[in-house]
Amino acid sequence: MRAEGASISDSLRPERARSAWFLLLKDLTILRRSPLQAVLLVAYPILIALLIGFAISREPGKPRVAFLNRIPPGARVAGGNGKLPAVGVNRRICRQVECVDVGSREEAEQKVREGDVLAALVLPADLIERLNSLSTLHPETPEVEVLVNEENPLKAQAVDDRITALLARANLFIARQIAQEGGRYLNLVVDGGSFEVLGQSIEILGLRETASILEALRPGVPASRRPELDRVIRFATLARDNLDVAEPLIDRLAQPIAVDKRTVSAPTPPLEIFAIAVAATLTLTFVVLLLVAGSLALEREENTFARLTGGLVPRSALLAEKIGLGVAVGLLVTLLLLGAVQAFVSLDWSRFGLWLTAIALGGAGFAAAGAALGAAARDVRSVSLLAFMVSLPIALLSLVPSGAVGAGLYDVIRVLTALFPFKPALEAMTSALDPAGPGIGAPLLHLAILIAAYAALARFALRRFAAA
Amino acid sequence: MQARGLVKRYGNREALRGVDFAAQPGELVAVIGPNGAGKTTLLSILAGTLRADAGTVESPNGHVGWVPQQAGLYRRLTVEENLLLFARLEKRPDPRRAVEEMLGLTGLGERRGDLVARLSGGNQQRINLAIGLLARPAVLLLDEPSVGLDPRQRARLWEFIAGLAVQGTSVVFSTHDIQEAERYGQRLLVLADGEGLFDGSAEELRETVRGEAPEGAEGDFETALLAYLRHRGH
Repeated sequence: MRAEGASISDSLRPERARSAWFLLLKDLTILRRSPLQAVLLVAYPILIALLIGFAISREPGKPRVAFLNRIPPGARVAGGNGKLPAVGVNRRICRQVECVDVGSREEAEQKVREGDVLAALVLPADLIERLNSLSTLHPETPEVEVLVNEENPLKAQAVDDRITALLARANLFIARQIAQEGGRYLNLVVDGGSFEVLGQSIEILGLRETASILEALRPGVPASRRPELDRVIRFATLARDNLDVAEPLIDRLAQPIAVDKRTVSAPTPPLEIFAIAVAATLTLTFVVLLLVAGSLALEREENTFARLTGGLVPRSALLAEKIGLGVAVGLLVTLLLLGAVQAFVSLDWSRFGLWLTAIALGGAGFAAAGAALGAAARDVRSVSLLAFMVSLPIALLSLVPSGAVGAGLYDVIRVLTALFPFKPALEAMTSALDPAGPGIGAPLLHLAILIAAYAALARFALRRFAAA
Repeated sequence: MQARGLVKRYGNREALRGVDFAAQPGELVAVIGPNGAGKTTLLSILAGTLRADAGTVESPNGHVGWVPQQAGLYRRLTVEENLLLFARLEKRPDPRRAVEEMLGLTGLGERRGDLVARLSGGNQQRINLAIGLLARPAVLLLDEPSVGLDPRQRARLWEFIAGLAVQGTSVVFSTHDIQEAERYGQRLLVLADGEGLFDGSAEELRETVRGEAPEGAEGDFETALLAYLRHRGH
């Protein structure tokens, strides 16, 4: 019997490497003999690539909204004695959403009910009238009618967000128009000018001119009356000087808080690159993890494990072979996916070397994790279920962004996801695909540490189970 | 092959309690005993697939061939592919020639291209045995080799094993079939509850039974063995 204390690096010795090579050929033959597995290995990445490709090659979808505009043509929002410029309601709203014109409220409701549109927006005929009443002594609240079909909570949230954003933009636009008009009238009070009321032109003197006239009259006013005149002059001067700053103030009231967005993190990859990286990493996860875990469990199921490790092949060489199998199949499947995605999005093939590095190390990480799972299981079915149950939640948790959950929970998620190869593999894949992305070194180092840790865990599990 | 003081524990249970064992070249040794006696554990330790908690095993120069009870074969490889893989792993200088030799020996040459999954249990056991023989071992360990075989296949198997022993291979086999042990085992090792109770020929066992449990000595060999085990408290 041969001594069993060799490390994975020992398994690279020519004799052991030959044994590992024969086992790899055996596993590939078995894989080829399983038509369902072989078809899945080819069909799965292509299907994922097609889905991702179609999703990212279309423009970001605008929500479809049924639109019924009952505002009479030519109606304008009044501003003092005049009217604000035409708002262009249809044009403005239909820039934000995909408008589906309807002829009646009933038709709008039907489209919402049948799911043809996300929501329906009905602008009533008296909307402008009510808007104009805001500047009178009898203001009425302008209202628009929104019809929604909140068939599930996610859709309800999406509809609420879209409609709120749409109305916020409309309110902001109207407020700005009113603020501009208000500013114009303030200028009239300060600087003077003509003002139209009921078709009559009225001349406004203006505070500036008033102060000047009063200053000029002052020497002719008796000394006993001058203090009163001085008070009027001081008022006119103060009002003129301070109302100068009122116009920008009113303008700011329309949008009191301005947003100054600055990115403090590393530059984020374009959305399509991130989507491709996620798809590639998910494919790599499931294919490699399930394949390696299942392949190792199969050695037990077919009673060949004891025969192999009873002196023919060191456990470290068997482990190295399984990791090699995972890397080889992972490379093939992921490159197939990237090749298919190329039909939809142009990828930077000059970074091919980095792709290979990211896929190989990511694949090795998943293979080592799969070997650890496979070494601890006795049959293929249970290990497949276990691999799926472990990898799916970890993959989903890895996609949770900071700030989306509480700080404490996010710290827990960060630690959990750092213990599994998905997150570093995704980061490595993103860096490899994105020329402007962050460096690939840190995720590769993270993967290397995980590979060593999982390989050690797998060796321990193999030894423990061999002795049982 | 020699082993001394073998101990194996599974948790609190002792599967082997200081068992000694020896096999000479060309000898056929049968390991018998009731279920849970420790037969498979002993053979697995001798084969090196299981580590003993205490005791030593000395193997002769040359490989120890191991034929587990459940065939250790790849069901989705053909007969030939299985043999070729293990011949390569055994580092046979000419693996293809070794495969031809084994196909001839097992009489499965015509089914070389068949997937193992499509073979009968008996034929799978023949391939299982052939793999154990690929390295031309000095010692061949067989765990219940005749289980699942029909009488004709069984007879062929024992004829083949006897031929190996004649050529100088030490053959150690475990069995539940007492008649088989009496017929083919030149020496019997009786285990019960992990303890080695008897080591000698079938005749010597009968003599021992006559001395220790005369009520069972006049029956067949199985009755005699049962009386002996009962007398020893098992």
